[in-house]
Amino acid sequence: MQVKKEWTPLIVAFCCNWCSYAGADLSGTNRLQYPANVKIIRIPCSCRLNPMFILRAFQRGADGVILCGCHPGDCHYSTGNYYARRRMTLLFSMLDFLGIERGRTRVEWVSAAEGAKFAETMNDFVKTITELGENKKLEDLRCRE
Amino acid sequence: MKRIALTELNSLFASINERMNLFIPANDESGQSHFTKWHDGLPLSRNLNTVRSAKDAFFPQVENLMGFKVNGKQIELTGMGDEVEDFAFFGVRACDAKSFEILDRVFLMEPADTYCEKRRNNCTVISLACSRPSETCFCTTFGIDPASPKGDVTCWIKGDFLYWEPNTDKGNELTNVLSVLSDCDDTEVNSAKEEIHQITERLPLKELNLSSFGPGKTKALFDRPEWKTLSEACLGCGTCTFVCPTCQCYDIEEFANGDSVKRFRCWDSCMYSDFTMMSAGQPRPTQTERFRQRFMHKLVYFPDNNDGTYSCVGCGRCLRKCPVHLNIVKVIKTLEEVAE
Amino acid sequence: MQGVKEKALELLSSGKVQRVLGWKTGEFFYDLTPAVFESTAEIESDFVYNVFSGANLSKYLIKESKKEGKIAVFLKPCDSFSFVQLQKEHRINRENIYAVGVQCDGKCDGESLRALGLEGLLSVDGEETLTVHTLYGDKTIEKKDALLGKCKTCKSKKIASFDEIIGEQGEDLESGRFEEIKKLEAMTPDERFSFWQGELSKCIRCNACRNVCPACSCEKCVFDNPASGVQNKAVADSFEEKLFHIIRAFHVTARCTDCGECSRVCPQNIPLHLLNRKFIKDINELYGTYQAGADMQSRPPLMDFSFDDPECSEVLAKGGNGK
Repeated sequence: MQVKKEWTPLIVAFCCNWCSYAGADLSGTNRLQYPANVKIIRIPCSCRLNPMFILRAFQRGADGVILCGCHPGDCHYSTGNYYARRRMTLLFSMLDFLGIERGRTRVEWVSAAEGAKFAETMNDFVKTITELGENKKLEDLRCRE
Repeated sequence: MKRIALTELNSLFASINERMNLFIPANDESGQSHFTKWHDGLPLSRNLNTVRSAKDAFFPQVENLMGFKVNGKQIELTGMGDEVEDFAFFGVRACDAKSFEILDRVFLMEPADTYCEKRRNNCTVISLACSRPSETCFCTTFGIDPASPKGDVTCWIKGDFLYWEPNTDKGNELTNVLSVLSDCDDTEVNSAKEEIHQITERLPLKELNLSSFGPGKTKALFDRPEWKTLSEACLGCGTCTFVCPTCQCYDIEEFANGDSVKRFRCWDSCMYSDFTMMSAGQPRPTQTERFRQRFMHKLVYFPDNNDGTYSCVGCGRCLRKCPVHLNIVKVIKTLEEVAE
Repeated sequence: MQGVKEKALELLSSGKVQRVLGWKTGEFFYDLTPAVFESTAEIESDFVYNVFSGANLSKYLIKESKKEGKIAVFLKPCDSFSFVQLQKEHRINRENIYAVGVQCDGKCDGESLRALGLEGLLSVDGEETLTVHTLYGDKTIEKKDALLGKCKTCKSKKIASFDEIIGEQGEDLESGRFEEIKKLEAMTPDERFSFWQGELSKCIRCNACRNVCPACSCEKCVFDNPASGVQNKAVADSFEEKLFHIIRAFHVTARCTDCGECSRVCPQNIPLHLLNRKFIKDINELYGTYQAGADMQSRPPLMDFSFDDPECSEVLAKGGNGK
């Protein structure tokens, strides 16, 4: 008989290439700790995030999805993150409207210099998701076997 | 002939459900009915028909065919179709009961579709005569009698009673164990049939002229200019095909999940732009051709291959549900009128 | 309504237009089909505008306005918003269209009559009080009880764009259309989840909501792309339905005029307009009141931003009805 593995949260972090991905890099070179359950996907800009990506992440087993981009005003393409902010606000509010736990989705602005903030954010997010438990409301049963 | 008081229906359903999973038409919050797994206290819908047809019993919208998993250099088979326990569909109307014969011609013809066959064998069909046919009903056009539906058991509702008559071995077997039913004669049922026939006489669509359709009419109909005007308003959605009791097209798709694959089939619709998509593209590039395909299939191609049996049972679902009210009756009348 | 058919005849016979887009009589009194008329004889025999002309004709203009010659179209107030929105997105060729605004006081259809318990519908008399003749006797109902869902919360009687109007120009209405949203927002997340799980699980993926939607005007929908890995017709898992409906509503955010066609056509009676309306309500509250299709100039909120937009976390923290 197979022993059921203990559940650990799986987090997908979409990071903008110019700020947050570099921020994640910095937190690594500074040897700051953040849990290994955070899987980073690099995107060219926070506004590249298609809502389908987020839902797909949940389908394929993510328990939490976080978008990290440049601080407002610092976007490499000047305004991408402002558009992303509106889109994600509306999308996450919709997920809330459908009854999906609010804590499962998050947007954070992390600059290339903020290695510490990146680690801190991830630690905090993993903690929130651990408290929320497994993603049941947006799961795809076919991916669960 | 047996009967049971309508007030006792719940105990009838309970005793059927003891033997097999029972599905009955039940209303949702918006007042539409659907075949629903029975549970204690679930009342029978008095609507004429369900939104989706009873074909779900044998040909569900999605069905797992097989699964496999890659394990190192091994490929392991994980499941061949879903488990099917004995089940009963109660309240199947005459049109849907007839649609099973049409689906059988597709699925049970050699080589039989084992998934569908399994469900067919495990199902007991309990049909129910239509006490109140609707203006959208035209089953009589296809020689169906709404007062005497086929099935393993036929039921009628008249006055305060449900009348029950088994037609097949399966039906007899079930009837013998249902002690809640009591014996009676068929006077009431005969008068129920009489009443239904009086209503069907007044139905506006009781007799459509099908003389331009049927086997061998492909050449005469295929290039008719009316297809273009008829299909102009068609949205290309799949509502008509998905509520239709005789539409039987499906697609086989695979859901890949890293090291495992699930192969399933799901209903497909000839109205969709990717229907029968091939590497060379879509053989029916515009909605006109897709629209024509649907009706030619029902009224010409299918009869051509099946001894003149039309692949329509006149249930009227597409008349009620098409968002822009295009339907087979309009097609029949348009192509008919011009031929005269 | 008086004068609509006459207008159609006049426009066609005077040569002002070559075709007329309107509603064609059906088999019964309630099943009108959108249709293009090319001759006065066709209009004489088949054209009809009445209480059952519920379908929004504006989407057909994408195809029709690209054809040779001018086409006249009849637009109810709600349809006229879709019409403007399509113009704004350069989906229709305005020069080829002669738009006639028609005033409307609510529409019904066969299903909305059946929902009142009527069966075997044969014919109908009356305007405000409807006498419906059925196979099982006559019944008298008030039209206001038989209105389509979308008409019960009509947002405006204003005709947003027209070359000519039949009847009076109307005003925006206090529709109370966000009441249903507020009710849902006041529920707990688990209650909301089970509400939507129950509704969306009825979905049969017929795509009628998408295909009828005047805002869904992509030439190739993401759900029709076999390479996208999205099953466009399978209800294989409850996830697929949620994905489809979230994305469908999101793709028309700030472009949806709230015409209500999605809920009208849903064969399973899923209240799909609530998803679109939630986005509209959020936009109104977070980024200022916006009505898609009301004018040609305004910037759609998702193609715009402001430096002091609220942060996602603030909005989520307040959540639900706290906004």
